Amino acid sequence: MSNAQTRSLLIQAAVIILILLGLYYFVTNAAENLKALGLASGYSFLNQLAGFDISFSIIEYDRTTATNLRVFFVGVTNTLFLSLVCIVLATILGTVIGILQLLGNLPLEKVCRAYIETTRNIPVLLQLSFWYICVLSAMPHLKNSLSLFDAFFLNVRGLYVPWPVEAEGTNAFWVALIVGAVTWFVLSRWALRKRVNTGQSVPGNAIGFGIFVALIAGAWLIFGAACTWEVPVLKGFNFRGGAYLPPEFVAMMLGLSIYTAGFIAELVRGGILAVSKGQYEAASSLGLSDWRVMRLVMIPQAMRLIVPPLTSQYLNVVKNSSLGVAIAYPDVVSVFTGTTLNQTGRAIEIVAMTMAFYLTISLLISIYMNWYNKRVALVER
Amino acid sequence: MTEFVEIDEREAPPQYAGYADWFRKNFLKSPLHVFLSVGSISFAVFVIYSFLDWVLFGATFTGDGQENCSIYYACWPFIYARFNQFMYGFYPREEQWRINIVAVMVLLSFVWLMLKNVPYKKYVALFLVVGVPVMVVVLIYGMFGLTHVPTTQWGGLTLTLTIAFTAISLSLPLGTLLALGRRSKMPVVSILSVSFIELIRAVPLITVLFMASILLPIFLPQGMTIDKLLRALIGLTLFVSAYMAEVVRGGLQGVPSGQTEAAKSLGMSHWQITGLIVLPQALRMSIPGITNQFIAIFKDTTLVIVIGLFDLMGSINAAISDTRWTGMELEGFVFAGAIYFLFCNTMSRVGRRIEENYRVGH
Repeated sequence: MSNAQTRSLLIQAAVIILILLGLYYFVTNAAENLKALGLASGYSFLNQLAGFDISFSIIEYDRTTATNLRVFFVGVTNTLFLSLVCIVLATILGTVIGILQLLGNLPLEKVCRAYIETTRNIPVLLQLSFWYICVLSAMPHLKNSLSLFDAFFLNVRGLYVPWPVEAEGTNAFWVALIVGAVTWFVLSRWALRKRVNTGQSVPGNAIGFGIFVALIAGAWLIFGAACTWEVPVLKGFNFRGGAYLPPEFVAMMLGLSIYTAGFIAELVRGGILAVSKGQYEAASSLGLSDWRVMRLVMIPQAMRLIVPPLTSQYLNVVKNSSLGVAIAYPDVVSVFTGTTLNQTGRAIEIVAMTMAFYLTISLLISIYMNWYNKRVALVER
Repeated sequence: MTEFVEIDEREAPPQYAGYADWFRKNFLKSPLHVFLSVGSISFAVFVIYSFLDWVLFGATFTGDGQENCSIYYACWPFIYARFNQFMYGFYPREEQWRINIVAVMVLLSFVWLMLKNVPYKKYVALFLVVGVPVMVVVLIYGMFGLTHVPTTQWGGLTLTLTIAFTAISLSLPLGTLLALGRRSKMPVVSILSVSFIELIRAVPLITVLFMASILLPIFLPQGMTIDKLLRALIGLTLFVSAYMAEVVRGGLQGVPSGQTEAAKSLGMSHWQITGLIVLPQALRMSIPGITNQFIAIFKDTTLVIVIGLFDLMGSINAAISDTRWTGMELEGFVFAGAIYFLFCNTMSRVGRRIEENYRVGH
């Protein structure tokens, strides 16, 4: 064995011994501390009754019967729901602002730059507090709610939005949607294969889309509307009907989406600018229309650059949603790592569960990223 | 047959054809552009005017309380009254000169480093990295006969800057070590580095701070307590190091393998190659990423309020919940926002300048 190999083995052995010693030290300390404080350990607390209220939950929550495990799931679903809404809004807003900067209009570009600089240079916690305290708490009272089309209402208690309820045509709509989508997909794949194999062009995509629309419209005409919208109505001291979102949720939604959109706008702008001009010119000289150049040449290449950092922005949204703890939005950190920990004192178990949740999300996102990167990687000779 | 006519030499069309031309090119290309220009200019004017109206034109600047203030405009006496707290937290007034000395020294060092053609830059940089932490401990914490000021009394911008400065100066070397560890050929070292980096990067900063503030005391021997500020610093530094490691790794990957091979053929040892050849190039390439991380750390310091420290954001929150002043939230947030904006913007400008200074090649 060479000298270098021996040295490497010795170093690794030393690192392992150090880590094991450190672990032993920490674990014995923890055991002693827990014994001295009279704290139990283990996950039995998950089946105990929680006994506190949660102001907002996606899944059903009843304080008289709910266990701590239920609290964990309420927190997780609240985190995921908020993240999902923010991801959708931030992507739309960010893409629009990113593209607006590329139109070659100076004043518009300056306005977009100002937006990006402001949102990126101010801590997100400050922005969230601003939205919660300065905007949503300053909303008018019930009687003077701000309303949009008499269907959306915003007041100091939160946001009331219309919500779809099942109607006689709901089942027919789902069937038509699935059958239509499958037909569309199969037809367009068939047309593409036919063109690749024989060179004959068949408008499979257009026919498929026609069938898709026709099926949904037909289902609507025959079986009735897919859903009816339940609109919130002011009755007595509150709005009835529709869906209700508390001000904490609205503040998190606005703050996080607007903050993240600034980062996404930069990604979109950078991604599009990075596709070389030669690609555009080459595609145009082949006789492709502007729209096709964008759809078939520019966007696919820009996406390859945009998607990896974009997914890590999405992960950031999930992580930043934990800031809900500062304005009392009941996300997983706020209700589980906060309230449940205070009540049960099982710090190690609770922090471990919280971290396991975030690790799972991040793992799922990186699996997707690897799959995507492999799919779009440049095929080199 | 057509005859060739020789024409006079002409000047190249001008790149710059006056204000009118510039205006037409940028603002009035097509009806759509006219619409966009007019729309965005009026939007900008509206926003800037409403903001200035609130901040300046209608605002109240004098008075001891809020009796002169209108609820529709800014009330700056609130900021005057609380200014000391926003800057120094609850640090005793008669001892604040100590903070000022450190602040002036740090500021002078930074200005010195940014100047061109001045001597002793190396020593000034060394002073920032080694001297300033010593000064913080001796002067702000209090040693050698100076009154001891417990960290529970630290606060405001002082605390924000202390935390940010510590995390920034510790996370770069730690992150570099982690990045080197991740690329190490020793499986034990690389697996440990990868798991640490990926674990930390997967979870939000709040959980890391919770861990440092709640779990750390459990894992230490009985009776041993760690200062709350120190716990926050440990949590934040570990958190940022993982991100810094990824930035530096990007730089390391950008160094062509020919560099290592050339150095090897000159007979350099592994550590010489890493320290003298690979790292300088890798760090230069990671300057933009490092700057972004510094800005992120500075903004992330606000999260220490969830474990009960009163940094700038925390002292603003404390001041607006004071019952002697009502409805001062916007004033407080605008003031804090302006400070954060100023610092972050300066950092990104300085970062860009350093990047230009170190740019080599074409």
